[in-house]
Order: sequence, then structure tokens, then C-alpha cells
Amino acid sequence: MDLRLSDAQPTAEERSAVDAVLGAPASAWDGGERVAARDGHVAFGGGAARARRHLLLPALNALQAAAGWISEGGLMYVCARLTVPPADAWGVATFYGLLAADPRPRRMLHVCDDIACRTRGALAVVEALEREAGPAEGHGGGSGGGHGEGASGRRSGARGGWMRSPCLGLCDQAPAALLTEAGERPQERLIGGLTPTDAVAAVTGTVTPDRPRPKLPQQGDPALRLLARVGVVDPASLAAYEGAGGYRALAAAVRMGPEAVIREIAASRLVGRGGAAFPAGRKWEAVAGQRARPHYVICNADESEPGSFKDRVLLEGDPFALVEAMTIAGLVVGAETGFVYLRGEYPLAAERLGNAIAQARAAGRLGPDAAGPDRAFDIEIRRGAGAYVCGEETAVFNSIEGLRGEPRNKPPFPVEAGLFRRPTLINNVETLANVPRIVLEGGEAFARTGTGDSTGTKLFCVSGAVAQPGVYEVPFGTTLAALLALAGAPARGLRAVLLGGAAGMFVRGDETDFPLTFEGARAAGVTLGAGVVMAFDERTDLTDVLLRIAAFFRDESCGQCVPCRVGTVRQEEALHRLAAGRPLGSAATELALLEEIGTAMKDASICGLGQTAAFAVESAIKHLGLFAGGAR
Amino acid sequence: MTAPEPQASVALRVDGAAVEVPAGATILDACRAAGRDIPTLCFLETLHPVNACRVCVVELEGSRVLVPACSRAAAPGMQVRTDTPRVRHSRKMVLEFLASSVDLSTAPRVAEWLDAYGCRPERYGPAAPAAAAGERDALTAGHHAAPAQGARATVHQPVKVDNDLYVRDYGKCILCYKCVEACGPDHQNTFAIAVAGRGFDARISTERAVPLPDSACVYCGNCIAVCPTGALMFKSERDLRDAGAWDESRQHVTDTICPYCGVGCTLELRVQDNAVVRVTSPLDHSISHGNLCIKGRFGWRFVENRRRGGD
Repeated sequence: MDLRLSDAQPTAEERSAVDAVLGAPASAWDGGERVAARDGHVAFGGGAARARRHLLLPALNALQAAAGWISEGGLMYVCARLTVPPADAWGVATFYGLLAADPRPRRMLHVCDDIACRTRGALAVVEALEREAGPAEGHGGGSGGGHGEGASGRRSGARGGWMRSPCLGLCDQAPAALLTEAGERPQERLIGGLTPTDAVAAVTGTVTPDRPRPKLPQQGDPALRLLARVGVVDPASLAAYEGAGGYRALAAAVRMGPEAVIREIAASRLVGRGGAAFPAGRKWEAVAGQRARPHYVICNADESEPGSFKDRVLLEGDPFALVEAMTIAGLVVGAETGFVYLRGEYPLAAERLGNAIAQARAAGRLGPDAAGPDRAFDIEIRRGAGAYVCGEETAVFNSIEGLRGEPRNKPPFPVEAGLFRRPTLINNVETLANVPRIVLEGGEAFARTGTGDSTGTKLFCVSGAVAQPGVYEVPFGTTLAALLALAGAPARGLRAVLLGGAAGMFVRGDETDFPLTFEGARAAGVTLGAGVVMAFDERTDLTDVLLRIAAFFRDESCGQCVPCRVGTVRQEEALHRLAAGRPLGSAATELALLEEIGTAMKDASICGLGQTAAFAVESAIKHLGLFAGGAR
Repeated sequence: MTAPEPQASVALRVDGAAVEVPAGATILDACRAAGRDIPTLCFLETLHPVNACRVCVVELEGSRVLVPACSRAAAPGMQVRTDTPRVRHSRKMVLEFLASSVDLSTAPRVAEWLDAYGCRPERYGPAAPAAAAGERDALTAGHHAAPAQGARATVHQPVKVDNDLYVRDYGKCILCYKCVEACGPDHQNTFAIAVAGRGFDARISTERAVPLPDSACVYCGNCIAVCPTGALMFKSERDLRDAGAWDESRQHVTDTICPYCGVGCTLELRVQDNAVVRVTSPLDHSISHGNLCIKGRFGWRFVENRRRGGD
């Protein structure tokens, strides 16, 4: 490919950050020094270089971490290294919220102002920052700040910058922020329990607020299965994991063989925990049976649903379990390569999982004989860079391949044509976390927990107006009311519960007496989604919550298809008109318009993001009676 | 899962009528074979379908959501409905969404469809003020400014004129991806443009939004040829339109062969008042598929220099 690159050069810092990901360049043809004797009469690159396209996002992430933004010189260097046209790479870089297209301060505080955090003081944090640290960087925020005022508007002497962020998956410790500091040794930390003082100090000074993760609400409860080791067994030690029963399931799976494992998973009636509830056994069997090779295993750890943080808790607290489960999956579906697609906002999970992978590799538990003699399996972590839509399974593939994280049309389905258009098993973290137990105790025993159509236990992320927010593990069939009681929801004054997150639905506070099962939720006309349970009391401004949900979808739409790209904008505009009491026509006209918009998004959008972008709005209007008396 | 048996043809039903199409055909092919006029915007015979505009959606029995006719392969026994209330609703909304956010004044057939589906783009409120030059190119993924009270967001912005050959009026861009495909892997392999940004802020862009002369653009104009809305337009055409002098009743098209090289691409010269105003090439040509290079597309000014023969 004949690349047209500008003359801009990377800084030494940027060059070494990219080389740390890609290795040193081999010649002038891929960005190295020109040595006439070597590079003068032959060309290197071409197909071999383009085959490394999948390293584009890791390289861009490295640039961001080193310099705090994607500079022209850095972009050109990455393009030369990977033979990617600059326009193409620019399209990828501008797709992700954590990659900055313009210079930003090296130290950045990404302040969550999403649903759970804004009901627990995030807006006070934002106000304090606006007052004492200057306006937000970049695109402005809900408060209407325009772009371009960031760098110039910052107070002199301020060391860092800040911006608003969508949900960071720390809803149990709301309000939360992600602190990133670019440089040779980049720092990143998720901070919970953020006070306005902390936030201002973190932006204007060098203070890094650090609070330990809270204990699991149910820690030590012998009934725990998925969470049994979290907080109890050292997540940094392979020996501790093995001492706590780890790797027995893999040994059993090797003895049983792939067909028997698939039989047990089918018998367990395990369904996907990422929100779509697809039978896991059918998926595994379909991938195993595909003739095209190679096969891939992907763990979808792009948990970005507002209100969801269970996968983070599993990754931070029991990372070896995921490594073991993925190795079993590799053995069963005939894959030698696994990827964990981990959301960019989870640095501690990345560190702990990276350590687990390294230890497993050193012990031979990943590598040439990981899944039995001559049954190779290894795992690579791929970190996202701030894009909710990348949790959609086909967007995961595009993101890993170095393309914009736009979902693909289905069919073909991932089991036939997934990552690199090869048969791919993609499962959510929690789904995989169930596998070792199914292998060990058998599918039928597993299915004895829960109900007929919803087997096993489920992790619920309870946040908002409860005394003890956190991840709770309960058997399917527990009622929503019982779960809320477990988390200390107010006995009175519970106004509404959001089930399933931004893509989920509201129920009224007095409608919580139904079983949390897929069939129970269906009967109640709601969705469990990935297990988000957000409680709102009488003090919550639900209109504000709804406006935030609408803004979230408008921000996070990939922009590919018209129903979602424009529908999310029109939905947000109509809600703002209603909220301001200035409807076009009457409130009834606006509500009818919202319904029309929602129907088109549901029917005609490419992926689940657009198809669910109106769920919360519709349920708030129907179940909660929002805007019933006109505006409120 | 075993590979399906190779089939010479696929039998399915479109609005109840039996249709047979060759294996590998799409639902759109089947609908056309059944005489249904399905609107399309992002679809073109010579490009890979991106099925992004969703105006061609149809109802497929057994499918929870509507499916894009342009890309879904026809399969035996499919029951396709092209004119149900659900289909009409989604098409109406897609067209309304586009008409309320994009200038569709030079998009062929769109006015007819807006009328046929009963679209009322004005019901989303008055249009917000157009963006300043470069403003939309600077938008970043993440939080956006709250909507302007009472006004509807649009992609309206000044036209980009940075070379003598063609203009880019992204206020008319529906983000169909066709120009990106034509510039990239489907035709030209130049990759001067891509989709940048996200969501409603997504746009067609060069790297860092540099002007075309600083980009990889080779001025083949194959992007202009596939643009369904007139967002990409010959400067010669745009200048006439801006002057109010564009008059299709005074135009005719002359077919000829490009004189420059041995490939011999067919040229269709659109002529007004004895001056060439636009050059295209037929899509159904088995060699060029509607593509030209800078010479065939833009190298015709000499034709008009006939009077300088004596100089």
C-alpha cells in the first residue's frame, strides 16, 4: 500500500511506547532508520505488515498513555509501522472516548456523572471542579461547556485537567473517577468515594486519592459460588488459587474430553450472563463443530453498562478463575488463542488479570501444553479505550481487529464468522465463571439451583439508594424485593428500580415482588440484562436520570445506522423539551413522537444498542408515569 | 453445522408471491425480481453493502427485528413482506431522521420517498444554527453539549472547497460509507478518507481533517460517482448550481471513450450549453465498474479550448 504520511515525527517518548507494543522497526519501510544498503533496493512490509493491523488499538493506547494524546507524529509513526492509512487510523482513534485527538493535560481526572454516581454526589464534584479547577476538557458536558475552551480556560497553575465520563463500573463506591497520568511510566487508577475536595486536589495538585475496595457485602457466606474466593483468596497468587480448589476443573475437563464437557454445559442449561441469555451449550457446540480453522475464544469483559460492575469484581478478585475457564473453553471448542477484551477503564482488573496470565504461563498452565499434552492455549488481554458499543459482540471483533468498533450485521453469527472471520466463542466474564463448577459437579447438579428456565446463581449489581451497594450473588428465583432487602433498600420511599442498566427498564418501588428469573422478568415485562439493579428513593430526580440515559445513548451510538445515530438525538431532544415544559405541540404529541422514535430504533437498528436505547424511556413513561401530567 | 448444499436458485416469497433468484442473491434482488420498488440510499451494485441507512428494511418471518434487504442473503423458504405497517414506519422514520438533519435537496428520488412515506421532518422543531467551518471536525467521542432548547440538531455546515476539481458539502452527507468504500478497498485503494468521530458527530474525514491537497486523495472522483446525495460534487456543477444556472432541461449526455490510455474507459459527458459539467462512467461496465481516474474524470478542459486552436 502506498501510504501518504506527513512529515510529522514522533517524540522519543512516543516512539519507544509504540515500539514497546510492536517491537523495533525492521527497516525504513516500517518506520525505522533508513539504511541505504538494506532498504534501498527492496521493499518490506505489505501483507506481513498489514496482518498486524490488530495491533492498532494497543499502539494507539500506548501513544495515549505516553503522551496524553494522539499527536500527529505519533499517529504517523503507528501508521508507518503497521501500514495503515492515516485517515483510517484517524477514524479509529476518534472513535474512542479515552483517546484524545487534541492535546490534553497529562494528568486527567475522568469524573463519572452517570446514573448511580449522580444520585450520590457526582454533580457536587463536577461543580467543585468547574469552580476551582476550570472548565472540563474537550467536548464540554451536560452543563453545556463548548469544546475548545479546555486548554485555554484552565486556571493557571492547574496541573491537570478533568472531564466528565460515562459509568466507570464503580457504582458500589459512587461517586467515582478514573485518574490517568501520561508519561514514561503512565499511571491509572479508579477511585471510589470521591469527594469534591479529593477531586480538586487530584486535578490541581499531585494527590492521588486512594481508597481500598470495599468488602463484598456477602463475603465469607458459604453459599457463595461465583464469589466464593473474592476477598478471601489472594488474587495475585496462583498457588493460593490452586490451594482453594483452582485448576481441578481443567484437569477434570481434560479427562472428560470436549464432547462430555459440552454435554454437561448443555445439561446445566447455563445461559449467557451478558444480557442476551443465549444457551451456552449451544454456542460451545456450534463453535466446536465448525470446520474452518483456527477457532478463537473471547471473554467479553467490556462491561460498560451503566450500573454494572460484577465483571470487574470477578476480574479483580478471582482472575485465575477466568484464566482456567477460558482454558477449558479453548480445549472444548478447539481454540489455541484466547482474548480478553477488557474495558479501558479497569486498570486494576487489567493488572490482576495480566499477573494471573503471566503466572499461569510461567507455570505451564498457559502455553504449549496448557489444555493437556500438546493442547496449546494462551490468552492475550486487549484493552478497550472508552466505547460502550464495543461490548456488543461483533463490535468486540472489529475493535480487536483494529477497526472502528462498529457492530456488524448478523448473520453471519460469531460461531461461524467471528474474530478475523473465523469461528469464535465469545462469552461474558460471569458466564465463563460458571464453567469450572459445571465441569466439576455436573450439569444436572448445577441446574438444581435456580428455576427451570434460569439455572444457577446470578450476580446482581445493586446500587443507588440502598444501605449496602455491591455485587450480590443469589440463586435465580430470588425476588427483587428480597434482593433489595439484602442490600438494605429503604423499607419505605423506594420510588423506582432500574433493572438492566441504561438499556434496561424501570419498575415502580411497589412492583418488586417478582422472581428474578428470565421468565419472571419476561412476565413482569422487564429485562434482567446483565444484572443491574439500581434503586431510587423519593429524593431522586427521575427526570434528570432519564435525561442522563438519553444523553448516554446519544454519546455512545457508534453512528453507523440512521435509526440509532439520529434516533438517539431526537429522543434526547424530545425529553429535554418535555422536561423544560416547552413541548412542540402538546406533551401528548411529544410522548407519541417518543414512541415512534423508539419503535424505529427497536425495529431497524443494526445492534442491541439502538434496539434497546428507548427501553428505559418507554418504561419510565409507562411504569413510572413520568411526564403524565405534562412536564415535571 | 454442515455447509449448505450448493443450489442453482433460491425460492422464496415476497409479499406472498413466489420468486426465484440465483443462489447468492439478496432479498433486495428478490424484491426487485418481484417488481417491488425498495428505496435504497447506502446500497450500490458495485460496492459491498454496509446496510447502514436502513431505508431498505423489510419484514422477514421469524426475525425479531426488520432486516436490511440490500445485504441479507435470500434463503429458501423465506417469507418477506415489503409493505407492512412496521416496514413503512421504520422507512418513514429513517427518511424523516435524515431529512431533519441533512440537506437532501440534491439527493435523487428522496423527495418522492419523503412524500410516499408521509414524512414530516419539521415536526422535530426548527433547525439549530449551522456549525462553523471545522467545528464538527473537532468533535470528540464522549459527552456532548446539551441540546439547544427547542431546536433540532443537524449536520449543516459550510461546504469544503479546497481544490479546483470537486467540493465536499458535508451538510448533505448521510454517512452512507459509499465514498469511503470507493476510495478504499472496493475500488481505488487510496484510503484518503474514513469515517471519524462517533454517533451523531461521526463524519467523513481525512486524517486530522486536513484539506484534500494535503491528503492521499488522487482526485479519481470515484467518490463523487457513488455519492447518493450530491454531497460530493464536481466544482463545475456546484458553481453552476450556486449561480442558479444549473438547468437539466438544457443538458444532454454524450457517450465517448476516454482518450488518455489503452484501457479505454467509457465516458458519459454531461453537457450544458456546449460545456462539459460532469463526467461519469457506466456502473455496469465489466472492466471499470463506473470508476475513472483523474484524467478521464477531470481532464476534459481541453475540449472547451477549441477556440484557442490558432494561438
